Amino acid sequence: MNAAANHLPAGLPAPRPARDGLDTPYYEGLLSGKLLIQRCTACRGWQWGPEWICHRCLSFDLDWAETEAAGRIFSWERVWHPVHPALAQHGPYLVVLVELPQADHVRLVGNLLGDPHQPVPIGGAVEGVFEHRPDGEPPYTLLQWQLTG
Amino acid sequence: MTTSAAGERTLRGRAAIAGVGETNYYKRGAAEDPEFVLALKAILTAAQDAGIDPREIDGFASYSNDRNDPSRLAVATGMARCVVVFRALAQGQFARFGQGPRLPGVSGEPAYTMPYGLMSPAQMFSMRCMRHLHETGVSRDTYKAVSLAAYHHAQNNPRAVMHGQLLSPEAYDEARWIVEPHRLYDCCMENDGAAALIVVPAERARDLPNTPVYLLGATTGSEHRAGAPCHNAPLYATACFTTLAPRLYEMAEVTPGDVDVLQSYENFTGGVVMSIIEHGFCTPEQANEVLTFENLIAPAGRLPLNTSGGNLAECYMHGLELVIEAVRQIRGDSPNPVSGARVSMVTSGPMVTPASNAIFGSEEVL
Repeated sequence: MNAAANHLPAGLPAPRPARDGLDTPYYEGLLSGKLLIQRCTACRGWQWGPEWICHRCLSFDLDWAETEAAGRIFSWERVWHPVHPALAQHGPYLVVLVELPQADHVRLVGNLLGDPHQPVPIGGAVEGVFEHRPDGEPPYTLLQWQLTG
Repeated sequence: MTTSAAGERTLRGRAAIAGVGETNYYKRGAAEDPEFVLALKAILTAAQDAGIDPREIDGFASYSNDRNDPSRLAVATGMARCVVVFRALAQGQFARFGQGPRLPGVSGEPAYTMPYGLMSPAQMFSMRCMRHLHETGVSRDTYKAVSLAAYHHAQNNPRAVMHGQLLSPEAYDEARWIVEPHRLYDCCMENDGAAALIVVPAERARDLPNTPVYLLGATTGSEHRAGAPCHNAPLYATACFTTLAPRLYEMAEVTPGDVDVLQSYENFTGGVVMSIIEHGFCTPEQANEVLTFENLIAPAGRLPLNTSGGNLAECYMHGLELVIEAVRQIRGDSPNPVSGARVSMVTSGPMVTPASNAIFGSEEVL
């Protein structure tokens, strides 16, 4: 799987596993270049973000399963107005909402790599790119996206 | 007491707005008074408008972004006899709403979005609006109409922060993007000030000086999993009113065609367009034809919208100024009166959960 240079500048809030442990497998997966999504052991449904209960069958027997970091753009936005000092001089950037058809169409938020002025096709195929931040405290990995084909 | 399909579970006609009031409205950070002083002044103004002694007030509801019902429920169920609903904002003294947090780390749901630069309300909601435009074919021209109508109405409203600052179509188009699909004038302001309204039982309102403005209906809630985490709501391209709108009309015993004037919370214009559609004023297919500047302005438009200027051009009092304007339309003292208005509606912050809405009416529609 691809690895990316830092897409957005340092200084934005870093992701940290929740204290209750609910999403720890997700972050550990990203660190090792894998996309793990919550999956219900009872009904086999996928869900995101993580919850303590399966929203379909109400089972508490939830597990994590690997899925391919590949999907389609469900929606997008081009951010022009910075609301954080780390982005003040950065210029526009793209945020995409990516759905994973192979995992019950759960949706993930990330950045679309490449030219921030590019046209963004809803429905366009994208692949995941793991952006490792080893200098984070603790180290973390972001999952970014780029158009394929 | 009325009977209706909702039977005893209705609020229709039980409570009325007896008075409204506000302080001066200011640009963000410009208020001279502490925030709580603003609240007190607005409450005293509303009490004076209602013709009551403020010492009669026996219930309080601090109005938040969306939840404006507890006071009416309290009055309707006899838990209180005179409730004040208020909101005060002094962002020079407290944190701003439109800025991202300055935190080294975040966990839980914010950790799935903030590291990617998605952290402000404009950034949260624009994602939904972009999907809505894609799914429906609604044009951004509808956003422009909503914005221009608000600025147009503010020109007749001396209370409005944007009074004297007419927005031209060219200036709207040339304004910078905040987050596509929203430009600068698609976004609410950030302001200081306070507003309040007084809710009393209907029979009490009839003994007070103002024309009573009756609550015909109010609902709060959202559809199933509207609050699903991280942009995973099943009905993503909605303003979260799909279940509330039918319940509101049922309680109020009116249809969209009966509504004379609408105040619809504008955090961002895209959400207003969704709210209007979900409340049945037009279909997505009709939206480009119906949601035009001419149709949205008082006094003669097909659906006069945000007739005080609202969050875009009067004051961002988290929508309480919209409730007050809905009341003034029934009383006839709006700055942009819709002549003969008898049914006046307000919808809360769109694209959030829980959402809420309300319909007010004059005596003759009870």
